[in-house]
Amino acid sequence: MDLTGSIKVKNLNFYYGDNHMLKNISMTVEPHQIVAMIGPSGCGKSTLIRIFNRMNDLIPSTRVEGEVLVDGVNIYDKEIDVVGLRRRVGMVFQKSTPFPKSIYENIAYGLKIVGIKDHRILNETVEKSLKRAALWEEVKDHLNKSAMSLSGGQQQRLCIARAIAVDPEIILMDEPCSALDPIATARIEELMGNLKDEYTIVIVTHNMQQAARVSDKTAFLMHGQIIEFTKTTDFFTKPSSKITEDYITGRFG
Amino acid sequence: MNRQDTSDIVFRRILAVFPISILILVAGIFFQLAYSSLPSLKHFGLAFFYNTTWDPVAEHFGALPFIFGTCLTSLVALLLAVPIGIGAAIYLAEYAPPKVSKFISILVDLLAAIPSVIYGLWGIFVLVPYMRNYVQPFLGKYLGFLPFFQGPNYGVGFLAASIILAIIIIPFIISVSREVILAVPSVYKESAYALGTTRWEAIFDIVLSYGRAGILGAVVLALGRAIGETMAVTMIIGNNVVITPSLFSPGYTLASVLANEFAEADSNMYLSALIEIGLVLFLVSIVVNILARFLIWSVTKGPGQVIK
Repeated sequence: MDLTGSIKVKNLNFYYGDNHMLKNISMTVEPHQIVAMIGPSGCGKSTLIRIFNRMNDLIPSTRVEGEVLVDGVNIYDKEIDVVGLRRRVGMVFQKSTPFPKSIYENIAYGLKIVGIKDHRILNETVEKSLKRAALWEEVKDHLNKSAMSLSGGQQQRLCIARAIAVDPEIILMDEPCSALDPIATARIEELMGNLKDEYTIVIVTHNMQQAARVSDKTAFLMHGQIIEFTKTTDFFTKPSSKITEDYITGRFG
Repeated sequence: MNRQDTSDIVFRRILAVFPISILILVAGIFFQLAYSSLPSLKHFGLAFFYNTTWDPVAEHFGALPFIFGTCLTSLVALLLAVPIGIGAAIYLAEYAPPKVSKFISILVDLLAAIPSVIYGLWGIFVLVPYMRNYVQPFLGKYLGFLPFFQGPNYGVGFLAASIILAIIIIPFIISVSREVILAVPSVYKESAYALGTTRWEAIFDIVLSYGRAGILGAVVLALGRAIGETMAVTMIIGNNVVITPSLFSPGYTLASVLANEFAEADSNMYLSALIEIGLVLFLVSIVVNILARFLIWSVTKGPGQVIK
């Protein structure tokens, strides 16, 4: 079976005004893997994952050089349909961002905007997505309640369910647990493990233990460069770079 | 008692004088209005609010035509101003290049500071002839089957006054709505984009839905301004005591009858009736403002912050 959801970055440079934010990045993310990005604040890890769904396009005076291939297609090609791309590359943010709508409407929104009105399909998708995000049991009896009434951890799982509902190939997570308590974090981590049989996941995290727990491969970024990108087990046990070793042993960062 | 406590108490009490004096001022205005309108209140009772005659000679006073005029012009002004104001705010907050947006926003704020008598003058010299020669004949010709666009065409009247009001309140709506839209954290917009929305969908479905209470507050504040606006309206509404669906008809509002007739109120009952008009206007404005405060409060409380 051909798996979709690969990302191949070739000689990527990213500029914000005069700032050279990402320097000559090349990396490959295999389908259905979890890749963690770690590094000190401002190293460019969030900027890098926002490259993958062209979220940085929204920020004025930014510029991208190089190629980013999602399933073999350069997403920075002029003819690329960015709106369509973002349906294939979903994203979950650091802050949970429930829309001011009901729980049901939050999940159904991504389908409704492409004109899906059939209630049977909507109901099925809402249920499936919430189950996939391990939220169904907690909310199934009050789907019409405001999504704002959920707890922080539930809101974040709602955002994951919302991303899943549009059936993406890749899910980007930008520090999804940094505002959550350890129990809510554990639930999301468990969820990620379950999701990777269907999706490729790229997660940015401040938390090295989290990277070690959830990811197949880990990338370490500093000053906009990839210092090391390798299998997570190797990364934390026998890092090849001195800087990586210093970072993961807590000597700086 | 140590030094710190004393100075804190003194300072606190001095400061407390200011807000209390505002309270006294508002209450004072209310009681003075109520007291001075007692003769009229007693004589006409509730009939004052539904009586349609305003006859100073016979001393027969009913406020309904003015209440009608105020409501009609304010509503038509809102109908014109809200789409334009919110549309402009969306453009300035979301689409315009930042420099253009800043520049236009400054101009908009300047517009809000122009005295309304200037708008009134412009209304008399530019808007009214234009209404008479072009706009109203056009509306009469193509929409004349509607009762709103029938009747003799003077130029002055409800429609001209509503347009002037709309022009006066548009800057308020733009300014506040723009702030509200800019205050919506961009991560919510990005969340929408991440689901594959177009820019318009992200703005319309998500940003506006976050900001809806604040924008509503802006609209209600603008409505308050429209209800109370006196000078510009008085100059071009035509000063005619009437209740009619025709927007072409000259009319009257609560504020403009006060401004126009106060100086010539020669009997106690006449004066008292006019002051009761003031009381009605005062109450309407206060209710509208309280509503606006409440709406703005509910948005600053913010849906996004209700976590746990």
